[in-house]
Amino acid sequence: MPEGPEGNLPEPAPEKAPTTPAPAASAAAPAPKPVPLPWDCEMVQQLKAAYGDAILQAATFIGQNFLVVDRSICRQLLATLCQEHSYDRLTDLTAVHYPKDELPIEMVWILYSMSNNVRVRVKARFADGEEVPTLTDHWVGANWMEREVYDMFGVRFAGHPDLRRILLPDEWTGFPLRKDYALDKQDTDWVRKNLGIESGQ
Amino acid sequence: MSDNQFYESFEELQQSHPDLDSKELVLNMGPQHPSTHGVLRIILKLDGEKVNGLECVIGYLHRGIEKIAESRTWTQFAPFVDRLDYTAAVANNLGYCLTVEKLLGVEVPKRAQYIRVILTELARLASHQVWLGTHVLDIGAVTPLFYAFRDRETILNVFEKYCGARLTTHSFRIGGCRWDAYEGFSSEVLRICDDLLPKIDEYKNLITGNRIWLQRTKNVGCISAEDCLSFGITGPVLRGSGVAWDLRKAQPYSSYEDFEFDVPIGSAGDTFDRYVVRVEEMRQSIRIIRQAVEGLPEGPIIARVPKVIKPPVGEVYLSTEAPKGELGYFMVSDGTPQPYRLRVRPPSFINLQALEKMSKGGLVADVVAIIGTLDIVLGEVDR
Repeated sequence: MPEGPEGNLPEPAPEKAPTTPAPAASAAAPAPKPVPLPWDCEMVQQLKAAYGDAILQAATFIGQNFLVVDRSICRQLLATLCQEHSYDRLTDLTAVHYPKDELPIEMVWILYSMSNNVRVRVKARFADGEEVPTLTDHWVGANWMEREVYDMFGVRFAGHPDLRRILLPDEWTGFPLRKDYALDKQDTDWVRKNLGIESGQ
Repeated sequence: MSDNQFYESFEELQQSHPDLDSKELVLNMGPQHPSTHGVLRIILKLDGEKVNGLECVIGYLHRGIEKIAESRTWTQFAPFVDRLDYTAAVANNLGYCLTVEKLLGVEVPKRAQYIRVILTELARLASHQVWLGTHVLDIGAVTPLFYAFRDRETILNVFEKYCGARLTTHSFRIGGCRWDAYEGFSSEVLRICDDLLPKIDEYKNLITGNRIWLQRTKNVGCISAEDCLSFGITGPVLRGSGVAWDLRKAQPYSSYEDFEFDVPIGSAGDTFDRYVVRVEEMRQSIRIIRQAVEGLPEGPIIARVPKVIKPPVGEVYLSTEAPKGELGYFMVSDGTPQPYRLRVRPPSFINLQALEKMSKGGLVADVVAIIGTLDIVLGEVDR
């Protein structure tokens, strides 16, 4: 447990959200940092036997299992997890942008097994502009989730039946959740044309 | 058409009147429409009164919450999650705090866990009361709205006394609670429970046996358990289709394992079953609240948490059973005081996707009933 200067105060504790972070406070007693531990089970061994080196990492981090796989097998692997290992529900899918990396788009699929009550995260890295295989034929619910990833990151999904923007207007330019999209950035042309104001900020 | 002839089918009518315009009618519903519970726009494709298809247009309330998270500290972002599902802000807050605590490895004191459970279950009651009132109103019964909102008021008063706010409460902090239970908290909450139980019977007496209600809800908006799974639907909608899956039971958090409660399920997966499930859930919430208040332990209310929260490098996904379904947070920390990426898995967004499937082939009036029964909140859909 991280130790801090704040105790268990019987009186209302001071606000923990200082507007100016106190640098001294972070230099508290260090707690052991959690690290990903290797994850080994029958299923992982089967997957490793089937896919070999394409399974880049199988690990557990703070009790949560995840697989890092090569992008070439991600669709096949997710189908296998669904059909053979009872990970039958796609809880969520999203992306993370790492602009400095060679493969900057990390796709994250979170699967859940209704019968075994366990979760697994599957992650795969993709190059910028590369198409990610769709999962809409396995789970209907992937449709909107993939549209949202396209809307926010500009990731295109190969085989998606209806890949359009979902939360932002159709004519919007830019993909807000990419790290190169500044917080105050906006499509000013769109704002001027459609809202009749100079700026939305 | 001057004749008073009776036609067996629409096709027959078309044959005898080839000039009759029988094109599919595209009708725009919303975003300003009282039955869409916010700013949801639906493009309906109609054949007479029959729904041939529909398309949801969402995003009118998009505020870029996930982007905002990347420029705030972990603590500063906490109040933003209140603005997702604003009918049950406490439940959003609980999920957020639990996820950050999981990443930090913080153990929340037992008393704080119990206070969190009490407030979250009160929020579930309040959320279900909003659902009940508005859903029934959409279908044509005006009176239950006033009953439900009258009783919700007593719950909001507890929130107000506890933290000063009624809707966007920001009631919890990372590591525990900001405030202890106020003086008279337990007795007030118990009194609300005692008062509410007969009132739930009152709602049922008003609604359940009503012939119009039955006709408008039985076999309307049916969805099977398999479809729920494929869509990723959770919450009362999934349970209405007969799947007894509740995260409070499946993966207990915040001491839910200490309490006895049942998970009500339906069988037909229609609007009526979901109504029964939600009303029964209100009773179960009262059961949980009573146990939590009676067993409320003494002790600290907040764990020792550093002033500047810097979670270790890594990722975490944690979800809780919010009133609408599985509310999940996926967080990526790079070891700095700000989240690198924060994703909210919104139950309303994912449940809403089934609207087309549930409405297709039904009547246009049933679309309104189905939006109500999905119990969406646009703040959460659009984020």
